[in-house]
Amino acid sequence: MTTATLPTRRDEAWRYADMDGLARLGVAALDQWKDITLAPGETRRHAMVVGSAAPELHRIRLTIGEGARAELFVTNAGGDYTRVEVEVRLAKGAHFEFGGVTIGGAGVTREFVTQVVHAEPEATSNQTVRAVHWAGATGNFLGEIKVARHAQKTDAAQDFKGLLLEAGASANAVPQLEIFADDVKCAHGATVGALDEAARFYMMARGLDPATAQRLLVQAFIGDAFVALEDEAERETLLDAALAALEGAKL
Amino acid sequence: MLIIDNLHASVGDKPILKGLSLTVPAGEVHAIMGPNGAGKSTLTNVLGGKPGYEVTAGSVTFRGQDLLALEPHERAAAGLFLGFQYPVEIPGVSNVQFLREALNAQRKARGEEPLSGGEFLKLAKDKAALLKMDMEMLKRQVNVGFSGGEKKRAEMVQMGILDPAFAVLDETDSGLDIDALRIVGAGINAIMRSPDKAVLLITHYQRLLDVVAPDKVSILAGGRIVETGGPELALRLEAEGYDAVMA
Repeated sequence: MTTATLPTRRDEAWRYADMDGLARLGVAALDQWKDITLAPGETRRHAMVVGSAAPELHRIRLTIGEGARAELFVTNAGGDYTRVEVEVRLAKGAHFEFGGVTIGGAGVTREFVTQVVHAEPEATSNQTVRAVHWAGATGNFLGEIKVARHAQKTDAAQDFKGLLLEAGASANAVPQLEIFADDVKCAHGATVGALDEAARFYMMARGLDPATAQRLLVQAFIGDAFVALEDEAERETLLDAALAALEGAKL
Repeated sequence: MLIIDNLHASVGDKPILKGLSLTVPAGEVHAIMGPNGAGKSTLTNVLGGKPGYEVTAGSVTFRGQDLLALEPHERAAAGLFLGFQYPVEIPGVSNVQFLREALNAQRKARGEEPLSGGEFLKLAKDKAALLKMDMEMLKRQVNVGFSGGEKKRAEMVQMGILDPAFAVLDETDSGLDIDALRIVGAGINAIMRSPDKAVLLITHYQRLLDVVAPDKVSILAGGRIVETGGPELALRLEAEGYDAVMA
């Protein structure tokens, strides 16, 4: 099946997208879904760094079997429009863990779009996204959670924090919850703020130059997204890629 | 060590320091006392280079350098330590990482070799022991979940590790119980009592001065130093109050 036309910003999931970037990607990119199925009881983890000088679209479809656990961690530091979409379907007692960071400047839009379907009872999901931007850039997290009528004891959480290093950058969080069961826990939170100037001065008063102080504070801020990533080497790879993108950021 | 000459400083449009002059030579512990709103914290912040404090006249010379021309981190590398009245919490950054990066940044600025992880931990352990602080606390996030007293003790551990030539301690005694006050006072003596170091000790109370005996005491009022004397001046203040002593 081929998608005939590009979506528009009227489509909820493309509300904050960079439509010029999408046009440069072309219609064909929309059909490239990566389908992954986890067998019952299986655990699978994937950590990836996305972003290049060209626009990128990553579409992932995860089907997580009964009692299985899928973990996905992403540093999105694209130099052009970079969008990571994840569609998840959870069977009974399954878990989905997502940690994502968008980071960068240069007026670029970087975004995560997730749709997590709790199709059966007792499944859990946890999504943590951090966005760090400057120089007119935008970071988005559009997270949809759907809980089916019989998916009792669902526990779904979504947490977004944006850190804007200068005026003109932006961060958008769009949580969308569609809940048809009555015995569920769904939590979501979103905040956007600037760097803690008191902390920055404190660090400088101890001898850290402004860039190092900023790097430490950003590292602490984005660290939340990867705390659930147990493999230390993978965690460092994702953090290093994010912090490398911070070079040259506004101080 | 430190020469402040006719310093005027404002916060926003409001003048706070109005011609403050003070000289602190090496080897001296100099206490500054003064009523609320006299400009004590402003003096600390101006010396540290905190954004938002504008120097409108005067000069500060620190070890022969124009202190006011330096960025806050350059002042630290030059040997200045600021003990905060309200130490800042930094979630997600451990004391160990923070202090090792800070110390090595200072060493680098002075053209010295960085300390290795092992060397740093040994140093940190020594200084934590000096302040009777559990090393486990230093592995935790900077000041997060610390009580008021623990924060002040942690400030002194930081001072011990960074080993400055000059410390400005802004109400380091506030929030301390009697035992902690003794420990912190003894820590200040151990770290800073030296012929080539000096301390500016800003306080409201005599009790810290009982432990850290000052060589000089100055009264700061209305943005200026209005009187300087020996340790007896602090005792008089404690007994009679500012109004009587300054009258």
